[in-house]
Amino acid sequence: MLAAPVTVPYVRYSIRAAHWWLARAFDSLLKKSNLSKDEIDGLTVSSFTLAPDTAIGLTQHLGLSPRWLDHVPLGGASAVVALRRAARAVQAGDADIVACIGGDTNHVDSFRLTLANFSQFARDAVYPYGAGGPNASFAFLTAHYMRVHGARREDFGKLCVAQRANALKFPSALFKKPLTMEQYLAARPIAEPLHLFDCVMPCAGAEGFLVLSEKRAQALRLPFARLKATIERHNAFPSDPVQMRAGWALDRDDLYGQAGVEPKAIDFVETYDDYPVISLMQLEDLGFCSKGDGPAFVRKHSFTCEGSFPLNTSGGQLSVGQAGAAGGFLGMVEAIRQLTGEAGERQVKGAKFGLVSGFGMINYDRGLGSGAAILAAPKA
Amino acid sequence: MQRPKRKNPVLRTRLPTLPPAARSRVALGLTAAAALGRFELQQCRDCGTVQYPPREACQKCLSVVLDWKAQPTEGELLAQTVLHHSNDLFFRERLPWRLGLVKLACGPTVVSHLHEEIKNPPMKVRIRAMLDRAGQAVIAALPDKENCDMADDRQLREFTCDPKHRKVLVTDGKTALGQALIKELVSAKTEIVWVGYAEPWKKFAGFDELEKIPQVTLMPLDVTDSKNVRELAAEIAGKVDIVVNNAEVHRSFGIGNRQGVETARAEMDVNYFGLLRLAQEFGPAMRSRGADGSSSAVAWVNLLSIYALANFPPHGTFSASKAAAHSLAQCLRAEMRPAGVRVVNVFPGPIDDEWNQLLPPPKVAPAALAEAIVGALREGIEDVYPGDVAQEWLARWRDNPKALERELSA
Repeated sequence: MLAAPVTVPYVRYSIRAAHWWLARAFDSLLKKSNLSKDEIDGLTVSSFTLAPDTAIGLTQHLGLSPRWLDHVPLGGASAVVALRRAARAVQAGDADIVACIGGDTNHVDSFRLTLANFSQFARDAVYPYGAGGPNASFAFLTAHYMRVHGARREDFGKLCVAQRANALKFPSALFKKPLTMEQYLAARPIAEPLHLFDCVMPCAGAEGFLVLSEKRAQALRLPFARLKATIERHNAFPSDPVQMRAGWALDRDDLYGQAGVEPKAIDFVETYDDYPVISLMQLEDLGFCSKGDGPAFVRKHSFTCEGSFPLNTSGGQLSVGQAGAAGGFLGMVEAIRQLTGEAGERQVKGAKFGLVSGFGMINYDRGLGSGAAILAAPKA
Repeated sequence: MQRPKRKNPVLRTRLPTLPPAARSRVALGLTAAAALGRFELQQCRDCGTVQYPPREACQKCLSVVLDWKAQPTEGELLAQTVLHHSNDLFFRERLPWRLGLVKLACGPTVVSHLHEEIKNPPMKVRIRAMLDRAGQAVIAALPDKENCDMADDRQLREFTCDPKHRKVLVTDGKTALGQALIKELVSAKTEIVWVGYAEPWKKFAGFDELEKIPQVTLMPLDVTDSKNVRELAAEIAGKVDIVVNNAEVHRSFGIGNRQGVETARAEMDVNYFGLLRLAQEFGPAMRSRGADGSSSAVAWVNLLSIYALANFPPHGTFSASKAAAHSLAQCLRAEMRPAGVRVVNVFPGPIDDEWNQLLPPPKVAPAALAEAIVGALREGIEDVYPGDVAQEWLARWRDNPKALERELSA
């Protein structure tokens, strides 16, 4: 079971270290669950800016003595993977309650340094080419997708505009102003065909949730969401010359099979949305429409919390901000809120099944890690 | 490209910055090939798979025997982008910047800089590895045709050292090579060629022809005279974009065939100390102008010799002086790199001149050598081995330096 969804409100820049943000996330989990430090006996940590420390250093920093520990440095795939690891640990009895936390700080110059040393392949074969960072990599994927599948800027814009409407109902979102299609289209170019509102804003923040047994959650009187199915896959389709699909396309039948539901039973979806083209790729690969039908699918739905096909109901990273590794947690934490009835005015009415997708690590020319989880309301 | 306007001296001179220079050791294989103007990628010796980005192990069969091998340059542009934002100072000052994603015929997909004629994927392209301003290899996609112009390409001009619209100092105009170089530079649209000549009280063969070329200005220059070098630098170092140091003394024989050290000292004084004097006086000014507009200071060319790699005993003291100069040129290269000024080392085989009278052909004709030097500037090549002899010696030296030493002493 998943419980106690917490968000440490994001800021654009922070003078604090990643440890501060992760400490805030852990403390929020304790407050939300009324647990003491010692009762949480498992921990997973995801962070880019925690270096030179890893999860184990954080245990001493925060005075924790977990009997189960994992460091999950998988970027946007971290939350799904952390959930999978934690659920197995709880199932096997290696831990009773696992705290899954992800977060990063963002100093004024830290994003550039993260990019320059993101991976050996990036340092050798991407960063020297204009140092555009992920903007340039996703510009290629977006340009290629537009050419092959006939997507228009308006299609991506529709997702961005809808997500902004959702974000206006999420107090922790960094973006507080409405976004219109006209503003979206008129924004300055960043890495053509990407313009300003296609790109996530790096920021500081943290997210967290607990994984524990149903019995334990009930004993603690914690509202919880049920884990129905998960998949993960890394470096899928390595011989595709340019990325148009990722691991979901390999594993989605397994995902829906585990959950015993069809895509049409899903009430809301939280995609990994550092750039809108990746949301379209996920919707296709996860079976909500066929490959290449993303643009037509977008034209058919509204994607708002109260409309058809609610997507990224807290605004997604595009409207909340990308707090490093917390970016992968944003959708997971929001899905728990939706399924435990804590989403306030963003609540998707009667939400029983939610799908959370993760996508991480542009090591060279594509995102390597993909994962997804289907969560359900306790009575679903 | 239009000839750049005269600079307003009141405005700031743009300071040199470099594109991101960090590379893993294994990735420097691309740089080693690009320095010679070659395009090589790692290829697995066991299964033949071509690798990119550079790896420590084959992505297919996990073999760790990956050889750098010449690869076909055909590719297809799959996607392009125009950066309007960069996290790096060098690119930030040069935006917008166009990039492409290219699927190579030999397998991998590469990120590349784009020539301005490359537009609208899908499109056939030809790729090459080039040294960028940081001296590290990058891949560029060019139109699929011969003789592609990089001199006028806004992006690729940043990576080459094309003499077009630039001001060049040739340190010795008296030799056949010097005069061939001047002609070659003038036809490459060099704006000014300052030509040094020692012993200005003597008129040398070809002087009158040089004087008639409008781009040429003859300047007394004796590289063995520190004061003379300093005075010339005071006059023109702040304007020179390319130095071609072709001044050399070449006498035959090794150790046993000559008494005393005077001849060897004369060789060292020109071939080694001459370079040192020039570098001390011209280097700092050029370093400060490494990003001074589209016709910034870009290159320093040293005329070395293939004998710099391995001593050729019949020309033993000359070989030693060129080996010393080679070593110093590596130091100069390290000191000029932060400013983006490329040090181009030229290692010709025997030149077809009077000092190689006793050597059998093939020998490099001065005009061919001049063409190779200007070609290297245009193409952005760092180490040039012109002529069949140089190419053959290089291959032998790379294969087994000890074997070459024995062969040369036979």
